[in-house]
Amino acid sequence: MSTPNGNGNGQPRKLRFATAWLGGCSGCHMSFLDLDELLFDLAEHVEVVFGPLTDVKEFPPDVDIALVEGAVTNDDNVELGRAVRANTRVVVSFGDCAVTGNVTSLRNAMGDPDPMVRRVYVEHPDINGAVPTEVVPALLPQAEPLHELIPVDVYMPGCPPSAERIRNVLFRLVESLEAGQGIPAMDWRTPDDLRFG
Amino acid sequence: MSRRASRPSLPVTIDGEEYLAYEGETILDLARRVGVRIPTLCQLDGLSVFGGCRLCVVQTEGDHRLKPACATEVTGDLEVTTSTHEIREHRRRIVELLFAEGNHICAFCVSTGHCELQDLATEHNVDHIHYDYEYPRNTVDASHPKYLLDRDRCVLCTRCVRVCDEFEGAHVWDIAQRGSESRIVAGLDIPWGESESCTWCGKCVLVCPTGALSFKGRSTGEMVHDPEVIAFLSRARREGEWVGRKEQV
Ligand code: SF4
Ligand code: SF4
Ligand code: SF4
Ligand code: FES
Repeated sequence: MSTPNGNGNGQPRKLRFATAWLGGCSGCHMSFLDLDELLFDLAEHVEVVFGPLTDVKEFPPDVDIALVEGAVTNDDNVELGRAVRANTRVVVSFGDCAVTGNVTSLRNAMGDPDPMVRRVYVEHPDINGAVPTEVVPALLPQAEPLHELIPVDVYMPGCPPSAERIRNVLFRLVESLEAGQGIPAMDWRTPDDLRFG
Repeated sequence: MSRRASRPSLPVTIDGEEYLAYEGETILDLARRVGVRIPTLCQLDGLSVFGGCRLCVVQTEGDHRLKPACATEVTGDLEVTTSTHEIREHRRRIVELLFAEGNHICAFCVSTGHCELQDLATEHNVDHIHYDYEYPRNTVDASHPKYLLDRDRCVLCTRCVRVCDEFEGAHVWDIAQRGSESRIVAGLDIPWGESESCTWCGKCVLVCPTGALSFKGRSTGEMVHDPEVIAFLSRARREGEWVGRKEQV
């Protein structure tokens, strides 16, 4: 793991920042973009090294902060979720799907997803009635919150978390990591930062 | 509280401050009267005491067990502590368990933004649920022409059971089964719409703390309950506020 400050030539090293998109609707990412002009402020402190907005295929090493959107609902999510954990100092469970399973987990009460998948891909379509086995990853028996797969450092509920909430939590984290202080104790969050839905 | 003596006379300490309590007052009554916040869920002013949710637990001097403030009457020289780390943790766990045993999808719930459980989660810094979710396969009863029961959101507080029995006199609701199988049922487990005792008064819907009972046709966040109406009815009944009309007749 790299040191939080400095790259040896006098410049403070920018934090390596990633986002990941698991089983969610990308609404949390949209809300992130709602930071609007604050994105420029953020860009002064972080370098975006991975996410749906970059053209990077493999999750990179030495990431400082990763926002992970979405529940763990298929094989790909498991792989990416593990890669995030293995390479990231501070993993943020980003939004209700990651934090609680949320809408993605609605299917869980119905049990085994196979009958549902068959209904969608085999019984209803007019053409190609077959369950896809390529490109579309296989569903897990249940959609689970991120922390069921990997240890999570910070939870940011909300569906989606508002830009305001993202700002509060993310900028505070950035500040703390830049000061070499690690994850700040969570008591700085206000009730506005903490709400499901 | 009609039994109340004219003056409070029992010295009771809450979190180090001394107050005078009325005979027969509960710890919760007193705390609310003097402005000390104790979280509650099943308790509702005007209804009988159920004491089931345990959100309101407090510590009393000389007793290591936590006691429900809503169901514990004060006694003289009682020393009450309402908020230690242990008490708050206990409450937080209860809130988390309620989320884990239901199917709470706040983002698309009729009551989001107006839900006592959601508020309690925020109040107790619940930022995720430590327990495994149960994902129970619950049923929705949409058979009533005006109202809807979604058991996914029900916290079994029995407010609906009590208000229907104690205020409407219809006693439509009960809890069937036990433990994790417990669920709210109309009549002897018939569809609500087929209940001949339901008068369509809507009181159960008004007092429900969560999105479990709602008016039909409400979309996400549109269901606003009005539990205070029961305290209003209860006071009117106690003070005989509506008796005047009868006398005029
Ligand atoms: S009942 Fe309350 S806690 Fe449950 S899903 Fe609805 S808003 Fe959320
Ligand atoms: S509408 Fe009124 S009578 Fe019908 S179940 Fe609810 S409280 Fe009881
Ligand atoms: S339906 Fe509502 S009022 Fe009735 S027990 Fe469930 S949560 Fe309580
Ligand atoms: S509010 Fe006291 S036990 Fe529920």
